[in-house]
Amino acid sequence: MSTRIYVPRDSGALSLGAEAVARGIADEAARRGIDVAIVRNGSRGLYWLEPLVEVEAGDTRVAYGPVATRDVPSLFDAAFLQGGTHALSQGPTTQIPYLARQQRLTCARVGIIDPVDVADYQRCDGFAGLRRALSMEPEEIVREVADSGLRGRGGAAFPTGIKWRTVLEQAAPQKYIACNADEGDSGTFADRMLMEGDPLTLIEGMTIAGFAVGATRGYIYLRVEYPHAHRILLEAIAAARAAGYLGTDILGSGREFELEVRVGAGAYICGEETSMLESLEGRRGEVRVRPPLPAVKGLFGLPTVVNNVVSLATVPVILARGAAFYRDFGVGQSRGTLPVQLAGNLRRGGLVELAFGPSLRELLYDFGGGSASGRPLRAVQVGGPLGAYLPESQFDTPLDYEALAGIGALLGHGGVVAFDDTVDMARMARFAMRFCAHESCGKCTPCRIGSTRGAELIDRIILGQEREQNLRTLVDLCETMQHGSLCGLGGMTPFPVRSALQHFPEDFGATRAH
Amino acid sequence: MSTLDARTRERIDSIVAAHAARPGPLLEVLHEVQRDFGHVPPAAIPQIARGLNLSRAEVYGVVSFYHHFRSTPPGRHRLAICRAESCQAMQGDALAAYAEQRLGVRFGETTADGGCTLEAVYCLGNCACSPAILIDDEPHGRVTPERLDALLAQCSSADATGASG
Repeated sequence: MSTRIYVPRDSGALSLGAEAVARGIADEAARRGIDVAIVRNGSRGLYWLEPLVEVEAGDTRVAYGPVATRDVPSLFDAAFLQGGTHALSQGPTTQIPYLARQQRLTCARVGIIDPVDVADYQRCDGFAGLRRALSMEPEEIVREVADSGLRGRGGAAFPTGIKWRTVLEQAAPQKYIACNADEGDSGTFADRMLMEGDPLTLIEGMTIAGFAVGATRGYIYLRVEYPHAHRILLEAIAAARAAGYLGTDILGSGREFELEVRVGAGAYICGEETSMLESLEGRRGEVRVRPPLPAVKGLFGLPTVVNNVVSLATVPVILARGAAFYRDFGVGQSRGTLPVQLAGNLRRGGLVELAFGPSLRELLYDFGGGSASGRPLRAVQVGGPLGAYLPESQFDTPLDYEALAGIGALLGHGGVVAFDDTVDMARMARFAMRFCAHESCGKCTPCRIGSTRGAELIDRIILGQEREQNLRTLVDLCETMQHGSLCGLGGMTPFPVRSALQHFPEDFGATRAH
Repeated sequence: MSTLDARTRERIDSIVAAHAARPGPLLEVLHEVQRDFGHVPPAAIPQIARGLNLSRAEVYGVVSFYHHFRSTPPGRHRLAICRAESCQAMQGDALAAYAEQRLGVRFGETTADGGCTLEAVYCLGNCACSPAILIDDEPHGRVTPERLDALLAQCSSADATGASG
């Protein structure tokens, strides 16, 4: 029997040379007359070790990384196919502390299976949730999701069960499941890892959502910046369809669900749910005024569940293991687990899925290993470009929705971007305003005009021009944007700006003025 | 506005026809036009509008709204550099400045020899490997100026091989 070797096709791993490594291993094996089967899995999320090559030695998978093509001959010499020791040895993969300490529920299969192999997926409990859902009434499925405590992982943290119930209660000739895969926040990549590493779990989650609310059509709105995820999603959808998990008669149940991927076109605003619906309909991604909610009047004017990739990909484990199992993880009103993404200036960036509640410090240092540059960490932005900047004094904040809201921050999609002490926070505040101006859909004035004026004000503050007056105007402008914008882009851009002002006043010339 | 040749018109008609029956087809049509021609020719807008029963203003509005759609042909290669926060935390700004200087263009422009279009993107979802770039849809992570030089040299040599072969 040939030895199974895993080389990720995750685009993060590809960005570090995984394709050439896979080719190198195949060539070297052929040269030595050794029979190997190379599986292109997703990434385990240990990006400082990518390309991470795993070998199936007996019952365990042994890891080597980061592997470059020039390391390949020496790996063979070291008998890595039998789990032999090499300078790049990381030991059994599941015992790598970064991974061993995680609680992977949503991302349980990411990096483990062949992402487009239905049989592999089933061997790892795939479709168990869907099979259970097939025996349940729609109301029961909705109750299960509601009881699990799952809240929208895209950032808004709205209870998923309540959203689903609203759609279930609508009488309509057609309903939709729209998956928001427009993961535009810097510092986030959990959606991408799921779509590239375990897309079948997203397909399963969307299908279950369809059964729950009576929707027979689903759309995945994928950002154009993810060409590899697109390819893998299409392969996975075709595989699921061929195996009878999508179509007009799913597993002979007579139930129907069909799925289509639609690709965005480089507009951050289309991650906002109503803008995404406009874009799915082929229009400019301008934000819609709510109400009506998408659950009542969504895609093509019909009731629509709009959920993020992580939320939908969490549904299968909830159905398979039960609401209580999932709810038992987490703290307070933040139930279950959160895939945290460690990014920016960290030694060990990657995916860390844990029950809600670990402190930021634990993530930054115990997992992240401190800064990549070796300099002290100075600021951390949690929750994407619209999230607050936190100083070192707030690193003990637990990562849950309420605790972060309590300090004027937000958890968002779980992205954590670390900066060392070379960061200029006035520049970061100006970037937040500029980014808002660049990405504003233009529909409401506070966002469209406010963002440009905000960037100009920060420019003047940096130059020391009428500093006190401009600071007052900036705070006032933030207030207007926060309360007067139609959606979160204009409404939340003040978070990074105000937190930078509050915690890092010295970067805005405070010492010069006093 | 320049006019389109007969073959281009025919091709655009067939793209429109392939998508017209689908719900909300405009973005799909524009993606396919851009895949085929490298950009969405302004002269194609009236034709797309007619085919989908939309106004020219609607089609133009969509083309101009989305950063991904372009109205002019791109260079032979597309270098997209992430300018978002995570990459900024890892010397992404220095890499961006280096790329501008190395290629002699600003973001959004194409080199004089038509070799490379430099684009800014906001997040490639490769934030654990910042700074991140895409070259012709292929991702590269932890990119230094030296690595960028090597990658651009590969593009040039691929072009040279392509031209002589």
